[in-house]
Amino acid sequence: MLMGYSFADLGSIFAMQAFAGLSLFSVFLLMALGLAIIFGQMGVINMAHGEFMILGAYVTYLCSGFFSAFLPGLYAIYFLVAMVLAFVVAGALGMAVEWLMIRHLYRRPLDTLLATWGLSLVLQQAYRSIFGAREVGVELPEWMMGSTHLSETIDIPINGLFVMALTVLITACVFAMMFRSSWGKKVRAVVQNRTMAGAVGIDTERVDRYTFGIGCGIAGVAGSAFTMIGSTGPTSGQLYIVDTFLVVVFGGAQSLLGTIASAFSISQAQSTMEFFLSGSMAKVLVLLGVVGILMLRPQGLFVIKVRR
Amino acid sequence: MSAGDFSSDRPSALRRKLLFGMAAVPGLALLPRAVAAAAPAASVNSTGLAVTDSTVTVGILHSITGTMAISETGSVEAEKLAIAQINEQGGVLGRKIQVIQEDGASDWPTFAEKSKKLLVNDKVAAVFGCWTSASRKAVLPVFEQYNGMLYYPTFYEGLEQSKNVIYTGQEATQQILAGLDWVMKEKGAKTFYLLGSDYIWPRTSNKIARKHIEMHGLTVAGEEYFPLGNTEFNSVINKIKLKKPDVIYMSVVGGSNVAFYKQLKAAGIDLNKQTLMTISVTEDEILGIGGENIAGAYACMKYFQSLDNPNNKAFVPAFKKMWGEKAVIGDVTQAAYLGPWLWKLTVEKAGSFDIDKVAAASPGIEFKGAPEGYVRIHENHHLWSKSRVGRARADGQYDLVYETPDLMEPNPFPKGYQ
Amino acid sequence: MSKTLFASRGNLVGLLLLAVLLLVVFPLVFDIFRLNLVGKYLTYAFVALGLVLCWGNAGILSLGQGVFFGLGGYCMAMFLKLEASSPENTKIQSTPGIPDFMDWNQVTALPWFWEPFHSLSFSLVAVVVVPALFAFVIGLAMFKRRVGGVYFAIITQAIAAILTILIVGQQGYTGGINGITDLRTLKGWDIRTDHAKLILYFINGGLLLGALLLAQFVQQTKLGRLLVAMRDKEDRVRFSGYDVSSFRIFVFCFAAGLAAIGGAMFTLQVGFMSSSFIGIVPSIEMVIYCAVGGRSSLIGAVYGTLLINFGRSLLSESFPQLWQFAMGGLFIAIVMVFPDGLAGLYQTYAAPLIARRFRSGRGGGRIAAASTGSRVH
Repeated sequence: MLMGYSFADLGSIFAMQAFAGLSLFSVFLLMALGLAIIFGQMGVINMAHGEFMILGAYVTYLCSGFFSAFLPGLYAIYFLVAMVLAFVVAGALGMAVEWLMIRHLYRRPLDTLLATWGLSLVLQQAYRSIFGAREVGVELPEWMMGSTHLSETIDIPINGLFVMALTVLITACVFAMMFRSSWGKKVRAVVQNRTMAGAVGIDTERVDRYTFGIGCGIAGVAGSAFTMIGSTGPTSGQLYIVDTFLVVVFGGAQSLLGTIASAFSISQAQSTMEFFLSGSMAKVLVLLGVVGILMLRPQGLFVIKVRR
Repeated sequence: MSAGDFSSDRPSALRRKLLFGMAAVPGLALLPRAVAAAAPAASVNSTGLAVTDSTVTVGILHSITGTMAISETGSVEAEKLAIAQINEQGGVLGRKIQVIQEDGASDWPTFAEKSKKLLVNDKVAAVFGCWTSASRKAVLPVFEQYNGMLYYPTFYEGLEQSKNVIYTGQEATQQILAGLDWVMKEKGAKTFYLLGSDYIWPRTSNKIARKHIEMHGLTVAGEEYFPLGNTEFNSVINKIKLKKPDVIYMSVVGGSNVAFYKQLKAAGIDLNKQTLMTISVTEDEILGIGGENIAGAYACMKYFQSLDNPNNKAFVPAFKKMWGEKAVIGDVTQAAYLGPWLWKLTVEKAGSFDIDKVAAASPGIEFKGAPEGYVRIHENHHLWSKSRVGRARADGQYDLVYETPDLMEPNPFPKGYQ
Repeated sequence: MSKTLFASRGNLVGLLLLAVLLLVVFPLVFDIFRLNLVGKYLTYAFVALGLVLCWGNAGILSLGQGVFFGLGGYCMAMFLKLEASSPENTKIQSTPGIPDFMDWNQVTALPWFWEPFHSLSFSLVAVVVVPALFAFVIGLAMFKRRVGGVYFAIITQAIAAILTILIVGQQGYTGGINGITDLRTLKGWDIRTDHAKLILYFINGGLLLGALLLAQFVQQTKLGRLLVAMRDKEDRVRFSGYDVSSFRIFVFCFAAGLAAIGGAMFTLQVGFMSSSFIGIVPSIEMVIYCAVGGRSSLIGAVYGTLLINFGRSLLSESFPQLWQFAMGGLFIAIVMVFPDGLAGLYQTYAAPLIARRFRSGRGGGRIAAASTGSRVH
């Protein structure tokens, strides 16, 4: 593979592949963060995670239409508004779902899988009935679509940078919330021992509802950000579900740090392999590798001992 | 539609009279709009199809749920438009067309099940449907066993020919070769990078493209496939940047397209400078991709919504009137629109709804009202049609830049390309 | 499970009822088209039976049962395809005598792993053994390391995804996304005729009843009770000196074998097999068949499969959009409101009624059971 490339080429390959790997890393992490909270912290297998992401994407689509029709002057910043709205809408739906469905199922994690799968079917059909079966094109402000030209072969995509920055921001927020706020303490207390947490006066139901809502909200933001790099259609959400779960499980479900580490290793592996092999084979090998390692080390990369 | 449609009704009525010696109404051919007393059902239907004295039942079989609904919606709309127009003009052999629509649900066994239902239970006279090759492969044995007639709209990989199927889209050589010749000649292209989704159509198409490129002594710099639904293309875009091929040749399908073009643009590849030719992005797909992300790319297929001919000028407004101003029409949608018309013309030529007679009468049927201009059914049940190259505009339409002077012959089993 | 004589007599009655329904009522009521559809649905019931043991009894939820269904189906399809691709039938190809899709993909010789499938007896053995072996490898790796519950579900799901990509990608050897289509004869016997379909339906029904009996036997042995015990209190079983993982591996392989038989029967009755069964969506749907029936009731699983598939066929003929909502709603309702599915409904509403009748007059009991039973389904 090295033949035919000059040293300058190899340098740019390295730079660009590093960037491709990093941007894939942010995509994976952004997908997985919401699920890491919901699945890792609460033990709920949310199969509708992809649909919550697509909800965020549709909110962005609507926002884009609204701004170009009524507030064209502010179009350049509509995306920021859209992301906030995506968080709110997906979070609100998440809380409603928690209240109606999930809270009855905490003792039966496998059943949450089936119920949320049902939810994902309902949401998909709802998107199809509302927005039509075709994919919608989400227009982006011009400044987000360009790239910074560094050298002959090295261009840094702005939307890649944007996704990275967003990922860093959200990850920081999640960490601050989980490990620096009193609310995060409550969440962790409930995760580690629900009964005792209740006994010391934590309103576990409320904590659950907000945790679930925030997880879904983050999914919404992720979906909103993914309009920059992916498609928005009723069934687009399904594309993400296997990858997302693998990232969370591979990292060790209860550990947020593990999620970051696993997103990093999977994305680097995939992006490197994709460069040297054809796309399909790369994907198969990465998935096989992840499954293989999980078989050897089922608890994932990082382990946190919890008592349920 | 333009008046051109009806001239072809004439021989069919004539033939019917000759064949059956019935007291068929002579005026029918000249005044298609007149609701004339038609020949009794038994004489035009000897095999027990769902034909009465005033109606004939056909089936529409596409996915309206599941992942393929994205693509197949346009075909359903076009087929319904064609059927409505035919009914408005008096139907087929004086019979109004009734439609039974079934959902294939993006699931191949469901396609097989529903096609069997349409043929065995509903006894439909023809089925307009299927989109993916896999769904067609699943229903093909059913159509052959129960002797049904399928009008299949999608451009596809070829390697198939059946008495029971009329392929209204292009097969691979028809779609690919002219476009490659054009890009070699006009753009002086020497190196090509082939990218596709990982399944039979892109692989077969790229195989043909590679043979054609290598026959001309030119180079294929790379050939890669991605799983269906893949959304990460940064690595391959990097490879393209390094290898600097003259042409990126694309047969990626579905949602992956959206991801690819957005990432390509973000990576700083300007399609006005880098030649890219796609055989998979129609106006339908551009809706999802966003015109601004693909402007400048070339597409090679047989129909663009912007085609400037009288038929198309009548067809596009009619489609928009029925399905809304925002509706767009892609290559497959147009090919789906041909199905009901070709069937009507064939039935009237055969003077019967019987599948065997329709299949036998199909070769040579011409449809002069086709939005793409003019098509004729070949002996091998594919269509003679022109091949065209269009250039994507930012508003999601294509500008026609080249069309073959003559109709291309369909050749589903191309010698030298296998 | 193991209550009294009444419970097992109830089982017997249920089984007889099901046998009558499948082998007498359906063939009398339905035309051959509908009957063939029922036959297709019943092949999914094999998977649901396996899931009852695996998930309902042993508490291991596999989201990859489609893999085994598919592998079984592919083994059968490979045999049939080779028979359909005799040199005479394929003489227009550039390499006659190999399946058509290989020819399209420039494969010029039959790959080695296709060779044994010229033999029917090998193929029939492979139908069960290949998927069971695959399940054994997965099970060995996972259960020995005490992977269970949610993790197992997610890993099996990933395996389903990997296998789909592989099969679609290696289309020269597997038929890719189109699958292996246009299967015609089994040892010269045309499987596409109505007569053949009728016979296949009865074979399928018989096999299903056999599988049901076998599964019931497993459930009622000590092994079955241990599985339930492991589901509820794994540690106690382990501390009592049992090797938990071996039992789990066994039941997982057993379920895989059942699914594979279903897959093979599917191929025979429908006439093709494709990678679309191996994916995640069908695998999860098969879980819901089992859940609708009541996850630990074997007979319930068969009725659950039939109910959902009839519902899909009928509803999607008239209201395709509605069907998606209905299916989603059903998932949610089954989990939230009727976690015990049809079997639970039967236990709560029908069984007491029968018991009352049973006490009042012994003679009428069985008939009453029959009528109430069929009303529930």
